[in-house]
Parts: sequence; structure tokens; C-alpha cells
Amino acid sequence: MAAVAGLSAPSRTTGTTGRLSDLLWRHPRLLLGLLLGPPLAWLGVVYLGSLAVFLSQSIFAIDDFSGLITYEPTLATYRQLFSDANLDIIVRTLSMAAVVTLASIVVAFPIAYYAARYARGGWKALFYLGVMLPLWSSYLVKIYAWKLILAKEGIVTWAFERLHLGWLLDAWLALPVIGGNSLSVSYTGTFLVFVYVWLPFMILPIQAALERVPGSLVEASADLGADPRQTFRHVLLPLALPGIVAGSIFTFSLTLGDYIIPQIIGSSRLFIGQAVYAQQGTAGNIPLAAAFTVVPIVIMAVYLWAARRMGAFNAL
Amino acid sequence: MRSEHRAKAPFGLKLAAGLGLLFLHLPILLIFLYAFTTEEKSYRFPPPGLTLEWLAVTWGRADVWAALTLSLKVASLATAIALVLGTLCAAAVSRSAFFGREVVSLLVILPIALPGIITGIALRSAFSMADIPFSFFTIVLGHATFCIVVVYNNAVARFRRLSGSLVEASMDLGADGFQTFRYVILPNIGTSLLAGGMLAFALSFDEVIVTTFTAGQQSTLPIWMLQELIRPRQRPVTNVVAMIVVLVTLLPILAAFFLTRDGDSIAGGGK
Amino acid sequence: MTAAVLFQSVSRHFGAVRAVDGVDLSIAEGEFFAMLGPSGSGKTTCLRLIAGFEQPTSGHIEIFGETAEGVPPYRRNVNTVFQDYALFPHLSILDNVAYGLMVKGVGKAERRRAAEEALAMVALPGYGARKPGQLSGGQRQRVALARALVNRPRVLLLDEPLGALDLKLREQMQEELKTLQKTLGLTFVFVTHDQGEALSMADRVAVFHDGKVRQVGTPEEIYRRPRSRFVADFVGSSNILSPALCAALGLGAGTASLRPEQISLGPATGDRIGLTGRAVSASFLGPVNRLTADCGGERIVAALPAGVALPAPGAEVTLSFDRSALHLMEDA
Repeated sequence: MAAVAGLSAPSRTTGTTGRLSDLLWRHPRLLLGLLLGPPLAWLGVVYLGSLAVFLSQSIFAIDDFSGLITYEPTLATYRQLFSDANLDIIVRTLSMAAVVTLASIVVAFPIAYYAARYARGGWKALFYLGVMLPLWSSYLVKIYAWKLILAKEGIVTWAFERLHLGWLLDAWLALPVIGGNSLSVSYTGTFLVFVYVWLPFMILPIQAALERVPGSLVEASADLGADPRQTFRHVLLPLALPGIVAGSIFTFSLTLGDYIIPQIIGSSRLFIGQAVYAQQGTAGNIPLAAAFTVVPIVIMAVYLWAARRMGAFNAL
Repeated sequence: MRSEHRAKAPFGLKLAAGLGLLFLHLPILLIFLYAFTTEEKSYRFPPPGLTLEWLAVTWGRADVWAALTLSLKVASLATAIALVLGTLCAAAVSRSAFFGREVVSLLVILPIALPGIITGIALRSAFSMADIPFSFFTIVLGHATFCIVVVYNNAVARFRRLSGSLVEASMDLGADGFQTFRYVILPNIGTSLLAGGMLAFALSFDEVIVTTFTAGQQSTLPIWMLQELIRPRQRPVTNVVAMIVVLVTLLPILAAFFLTRDGDSIAGGGK
Repeated sequence: MTAAVLFQSVSRHFGAVRAVDGVDLSIAEGEFFAMLGPSGSGKTTCLRLIAGFEQPTSGHIEIFGETAEGVPPYRRNVNTVFQDYALFPHLSILDNVAYGLMVKGVGKAERRRAAEEALAMVALPGYGARKPGQLSGGQRQRVALARALVNRPRVLLLDEPLGALDLKLREQMQEELKTLQKTLGLTFVFVTHDQGEALSMADRVAVFHDGKVRQVGTPEEIYRRPRSRFVADFVGSSNILSPALCAALGLGAGTASLRPEQISLGPATGDRIGLTGRAVSASFLGPVNRLTADCGGERIVAALPAGVALPAPGAEVTLSFDRSALHLMEDA
């Protein structure tokens, strides 16, 4: 006791930092402002500002003769957006996004389900890394890998021939629309790469949703006489649905905005992203590029609104 | 959920999960094989022979080195900026409920939620409108914008776990705001910041879409790759670069994984 | 003499919630002062007002004669033992204890010595190198205590410090805290919802309810002369005699409290008051047994020493108690 009492009287923090600390303590709003100021200046002013300025150009139009933007509000650009050729692009992109999303769900579900319900300890970590590594691996390298795989002289052709199934691959490539000269210049190729690149974005939310389903629910369902198929259909699937919806937000949105994958693996027909790229670049039609950009934003806004109604956010 | 006598996974499920994982990993593994192929003109499989020659050739390529250096510089600076801004944002959001808190969260996520092409073009047209020429800093600006969210997410999760009474205890014991930050908050969120920083670095190092619009004539490693993808010039060099990119991004991701996992187990042990 | 802590009509409102509502308090130097009340009664908010984590919405607080409003927690010579201990998980036990000295710029050797001595004082010598996660709940509690005391606070605030401990450890710590407080001569302000703890440890107790102080007094005063029905009920258990019965007994208008252990079985003698009724139930509790009786519509509970034969339910009983055991209360 005596030893503790023998300490010198505490000296209090003084000086500039002490006074500044007092000031911030007395005015928590000031502290909040100082914390939020820099990030808000960056994101709210620089980023949102650029976004707003760019998108607002869609209400202007290019003058056909000079090629310059006429700064008068007009719906001409939007009329151009809904021309047949451009509508084709929008429909093509939307169909691809839908098919990619569906396929991702089918491939992702077993992985997520096994990881959430059966994998334990080291296996669980392995599964987690097994999804995280491809997720974070270089996007371009992943596309490049598929260029190697789908090339006419690549591993897929080789594998089909080894299995004496070369005729099957040829028959597939001979199909209209989804076929082509080789897989790497067909919609089938584009589709495969999209599914591959976005798959982790589907697995993770489904797994997160399934992790929250208590095992006792599955046991209770079995106890009440449901066979595994019924349990899956009536218990697991509804509970995993928010995860599926959340995952589909990623796969859908990412497919809508991508312009590199269809450019490298696919036919020469454009997707929205490529159209935006072409309009702002070679065509120099910034208003039309902006109008094209509005399409995925509107679609995703509707999608998010619907997802919210379904409770996909409450679950995450 | 953790009953010991769980049913074993049905074979079909195991198979589907296993094939799914294989689907995720085989393409990346293939990159490693192709880095050593002797084939120069096509993507022939199986490779007619294996060689280390292209490693040496790539080593001597000045354009690859220049692109790699630029990418590392950009990623470092973008990560540093994202660390500061992301942490500030996370601190503000977690320390108090204020009006517009949801808006801030949304704003942080927006650059990564919107397709990269939108962010890219928006920044590009802003630069051209403000007469800012393309430079190292325009690339960094773009990257930092979408890296903030990675740091923010990691930091927010850790702030949430940081018990409010620790901060009060520190002040109670005589530490002012700055001392509390230095001695209590920073050590407790440190590993999550490191993890967030690692992921931000990997994200920036790999980014191509926004970079396309903010780089001008400069070439980061992903831009270099993209050009090779569109118009292949020397395929074997591209193969080697692809392998290097995989390795360079792999390390920070693994590090981030073990950093956050470690933190979790420590926190769990403390309970 | 200046009060260690003085509250003058202090209120703290959170929106429409009046967590603390017009509290007046004066805590003397060297006193072991308990704030007792159910959860949400405002006692913890009062503690936080003293520590500086909260600011009063209105009213005035003084700590040793100095105005406390607007003074940050780190400039108050007051330390807190937190309910969850709030030990820094990243620091060793020694660094935890030395933290307050470190931020005040005390030299390394000196703060190490002081921290080790503080640990010895709470019977944890040699634990300095461990991390908080490696300690049991009781040990962490002691570290939290050492960490606060090493700063030689003029007031030590304890927020339900024993709440997380099991019964046996709790009783031991009550003892130790009391001894420590007497040896150090410090002012302790102790928040608890456990009336037994408050009565056994404190020099004075303030009973909180709905953000207001209902009664302040020594444990004995609070127990013997509860000023209101709430206090009578919350501190120990009490029979509340109806106004009709009070009038019949010549006590005057109002209700009266009567502690069960003041009642004995058998007819009244001398100055004692007798009530007859019918036994409703009897339960065996060990050292004392409880008899519930219905005396003309009033339910009376008596605590009878072991060895007194308990009447069978339904049997006619006579209960008696001393007139001085009756205490007339202010509210109805």
C-alpha cells in the first residue's frame, strides 16, 4: 500500500495534443467531421461528382456534322439508345447475364452446401481458401487461362479427341448462335469464362446463408418424416434463397458491366460494356456512352430494390 | 449444427463440390504449365516440350520490368491512401450513429458495386474536363477510389469487435484521445488494417478496367497483359508474366487470410 | 468539509428517456458509497457522470469542490473498475496495470515497480507477464482493480465489479474490497443491483429507481426505516400493511412495512402487537423457515428461526411483533 501511495502525483497530459484532444472531446461533431471530411471529399466530391457529370451528359447529344457535344437537353441520345442495333446489344447482354447467373447458382450451390454443412476444421479452411484464392487471383490471368483452354489447339479439343468425342465438340460448334469457329470465339466460350470468373461471388453469399441454418432444423425436418429431397426443397432452399439472391446481384451486375471478357473470348458482336467503350473511345460519342451506362445502373437499381423486398439484405 | 453424429455427405454432393473446386483451380494451374512450354506460336496442348528459357527472356525484357515497377508503385501509393481514408471512414461509422451513416457506407461500396467501366469513364471525363493530363497520379486516384472499400470493410468488422469500454478504460486511466488511438485502438485494429492493406494491394496490382481509362499511354502490368491478350506478340513471355502475376497476388492474399484468422482465434481465446 | 462527489439536481436525458432525473447526492471523502437499484434505474449513468463518460443534461457536479462538467475523463482524478473489466487484450497484465502511469509519462522503471506492487496488493504477484485471456474471471477482476488503484485515484468507481463472479468468489471479494477500502482510506462508489452486497459493504447506500434517488442512508436506516414501498420491497423483503390495518393498529394514515424476521409465532405479550390468522403455507429454507399466513385478508410472511415448529396449512396461528418493528412509509 505504502509503495503505491509513494508515487508522485500524476502529471496530466498537456501541450498542444492535450489541448486538441480536449477540444475534440468537447465537440464530438468536430471530430466526426474531421474523420469523415477526407473520405467524403474524395468519394463524395471527386468520385460522385465525376459520376454525375458523366451520366448527365446522356441528356445531351452529338452534333452530327461537327462531332461536338451540343449542350442542350434533348432526348435524342436516348432515342438513339433504343434503336434496333442498340436494343440488340442490351438484350444480348441481359440474356447472357441471366444465363450466367443461373449456371453460377447450379455450380456454386454444391460447393457452398458442402463447405457450410459438412466441411470441418482444416477442410473448412481449405474450402474457404479454395474459393478465396480464385476470387482474388488476377482477373486478366484467369481470362488468359481460358484463352489457352478454349483455343482450337488447346486442352479442351485435346481432351475431346482423346475421349473420341471430337465429333461432339464439332456438332456443338456447328450449332447456330452458341457455336462458332472455335470455343474461344463462340458465345459458349464467353459464357464459360463469365461463369468461371464470377463463380466465387456466388459461392460466398450462399455459403454464408447456409452457415446460418442450424443443423437442428435439418434434423427436425428429417424427424418429421421428410426425406432428404423434401428437406432440401422445403427447408434448405428457402433459407438459402437470400444468399442466392445476394450472389446473383454480383454475377448479374458484373456481367452487365464487363467489356473485357467478351472482347477476348467471344464473337465480334458487342455487349453493353463494349458498346460503352466503343462509344466513348473510337466513336467519340460521350452522350451515347453515358446513356448506355445508364442501362445497367437502372437494371441493377430495380434488381436491388426487388432483392431488398425479398429480404436479401436482412439476411446478410 | 455441430452434432457429432452428422450424416455423411451424399456421394453426389461430394462429387459436385469436388468438381466445382477443380473447375475453379485447374485453369490457374494450367498457367504454370504453359509458362514452361517450348511452343511459341500457338496454345498447343499438350506442350511439345518444357523449357526454362522463357523465364530468362522475360527477365531481360525492359517493358515487362517497367510495367511491373509502375504497377507496384501504383499499388503501394493507392493502398496507402486507401488505408488512411478507409480507416477514417470506418472509425467515423463505428464510433457514433449519425445522420447519413448508411449513405456513407453506400458511398464507400459504390465504386466497387458499379461496373468498373462506369467508374473509369466517369473519372476520365472528369480529368479531361478539368484539363488534368494522365499521369501516375491519375492511375493512383482511380485505384484508391475502389480500394477504400476493402480497407473499410476489414476495419469496420474489427471496430465492431473492439469493445467500447476499452476506449473508455483508456481515457479513464488518463490517456487523451491521441494516446488512446495510439496505445489501444491501433494495436487492436492493426492486423485488420494490414489484411485490408494486403487485399487492397492485390486489388490494385491486378486492376485493368479503371486503369484503361486513367493511364493514358502508361502501361501497368495488367495493361501490358491486356495488350498481349488482344494482339499477342510473344506468347511465351505472356505465359511467364501471367505466372508471375499469379504468384505476386497469391502472397498478399494468403497473408491477409492468416492475419485475420489469427486475430479471430486470439479474440475467441480471450472470451 | 468538501464532499468527494456532489450532485446538485443532476439530470441526464437520452432523447425522451430520463436516465437520471434530478439527483442530489453528497458522497463524503473516505466513504464506501453504494448505488443500489434495479437495472435501468440510473445508477450506472450516475457512475458514468462521475467518471466523465457522460455529461449532465442539466444540474451541477463537483468532484472535491471542482466543477466536473466539461472536464474529460482523462483529466479527472477518478478511476473506474469496469463491469466487463475492459482489460486491454493486446497488453500483458503488467502493461495493463502500468497503463495509467505510462500515459502520464512516468518512467519505465518506476511504473514497473508500482505495477508489480499493485499486483502484489491484489494477491497476483508474478502474473505480470501473462495476457488477460489467460486469467480467470476473478483474476481479471483483481487486475482491473490494481490497474485503477495504481493511479491513486481520489475516487474509485466500481461498476458491478462482482457481477460476473460465482457466489463463493463474490463473497471473498466483498470482504477483500471492504478491507482494501479501509486500508487505503479511499472514496469508493460502488454500483450494484444486489441489495445484500450493498448492505454488507457500504457505509451508506443510495437506492435508485426510475432515474431518481429514493432514499439515502446507512444500510441499517435503509433496512429498518424504508421510506417508500419501493425501498421496502427492493431492499430485503417486507410485509406491507394496508392503510386499514395501520389505522386499526393506531399507527396513523399510510402503509407500514414490517420485516418478516421481526415476527414471532405465539400470542403477544407486553407491548407487542398480536395478529391472528390462518396459515397458508410453510416452507423449509434451512436456517430460517418461512410461514405465510392470512390475517383478515392481509398476507403476512414471517421468517421463523429453525427449531420453531411450523403450523400445518389451514391451522389457526397467532403472530406477534414489537410495535417498534412497524415503520410507517411516506407513500401509499
